[in-house]
Amino acid sequence: MKSTLLWSGIASLAQLIWLVLAGPLALGLMRKVRSVIEGRDGARVTQPLRDLRKLAARQRTRPTDATWIFSAAPLVLVASALVLGALSPLASLHVLMSSRVDVVAVLFVLLLGSVALLLSALDTGTAFAGMGSSRAAMVGAMTEPALLVAILAMSLGAGTSNLARLVDAGVATSTLAGPARILALVSFFIAVLAETGRLPVDNPATHLELTMIHEAMILEYAGPDLALITWGESMRLVLLVGLFSNLALPWGIATSVGALSLGVGLLALTLKVAVVAIGVSLFEVTTAKLRLFRVPELLAGAFLLGVLSVISAVALR
Amino acid sequence: MTFRIAVRALTRRSRDAEILAAPTTLHPSAARLHGSLQVRHVDAGSCNGCELELTSCFSPVYDVERFGARLVASPRHADAIIVSGPVTHNLHEPLRKTYDAMGEPRLVISLGDCAHDCGEFRGAYGVAGSVDDVLAVDAHVPGCPPHPTDIVRVLRSFTGQ
Repeated sequence: MKSTLLWSGIASLAQLIWLVLAGPLALGLMRKVRSVIEGRDGARVTQPLRDLRKLAARQRTRPTDATWIFSAAPLVLVASALVLGALSPLASLHVLMSSRVDVVAVLFVLLLGSVALLLSALDTGTAFAGMGSSRAAMVGAMTEPALLVAILAMSLGAGTSNLARLVDAGVATSTLAGPARILALVSFFIAVLAETGRLPVDNPATHLELTMIHEAMILEYAGPDLALITWGESMRLVLLVGLFSNLALPWGIATSVGALSLGVGLLALTLKVAVVAIGVSLFEVTTAKLRLFRVPELLAGAFLLGVLSVISAVALR
Repeated sequence: MTFRIAVRALTRRSRDAEILAAPTTLHPSAARLHGSLQVRHVDAGSCNGCELELTSCFSPVYDVERFGARLVASPRHADAIIVSGPVTHNLHEPLRKTYDAMGEPRLVISLGDCAHDCGEFRGAYGVAGSVDDVLAVDAHVPGCPPHPTDIVRVLRSFTGQ
């Protein structure tokens, strides 16, 4: 019993360390893929780490009207990502508190970071930041239901909403391709793209104020605060991509305690996240950003797929 | 499509030789930048010749991003502002505000002959002065318009990559 607890502690710690590095590196990998397809060499995959190191040493600036919310938001964002990194089944099913981590709770802890960022943008008093946060609120309000319904469909299939058991159910089943599952995963994937501010919902590389959603909210951050936000956002991306790949292709995740299975789990996770990240990049290069008023149609589509998935999960049970 | 990309990647190499040569002189601040330079561009009244050349620095031909430089959307995010054109009366105040919005340590790069001595526009009624009259300039890229190779060289003297 005691050694199980020790091993789940080690698994959580290993996942945390993995997440801290994997976030910026995934960002670098996605930029690299994009550059190569555009016919450029592009920055090194490790460039985001250099950027973070330099930003951390810069001066912290603060708009004159900002309150404590502005200073707290980057910390909340990073803290929420780190908590989920330690407690979600990314590399191993046996992490700390794995029997209590409910999938709905995971989504809401994730939402905590988004809301903190949204409030911090309003707090600056800048016109653009306010516009960015109202757009982010609109996208977020339509992404969450799609995510929740997709999760509900998968929970119905597995008979549990516990995240570790949900992934475990995927490991156990021999048929991964039921209609309910595929519909739910497509819906989940669109919601992940929207939640992490990727194309076609938001353009992470934009400099045009009128097309900004996420970027508009962080225009006032500088130095260490900006480093925390970039870092936190990249960890959220990896977290969601990791959860998606574990729900879609659970193979390789450590189902037993021990150093070997944990190592294999981390390796499998790295591979899966890299493949999905490259896939997202390829998808982004070939897609144009949607007009803001078309975004609800996409997200409503994702929600609809989720609902269909729930119906087929109930009907086929 | 893959074939076209491959052909372009191969033919591009010949033009690269001049750009790819490692930076010979480093700016003193290169050590603390750790190979990463975020740049905010400010057009203080340029004829847009410099802007065309600056844009092509980030194109597939010159691709300065591979050396660690990146354009950003806010002066708060930037290590350096790159200022082009003579400073007009209308842009004098916004230029100062942009500079004030940056966190320390901050760098100023002046782009093109106009930014240095007002060039063609010297003495014009709309011109307040050169960039040197308004801000302390850390590096200058000469030329009218400056060649992208020169811009890349100056940016690389900061990133050190």
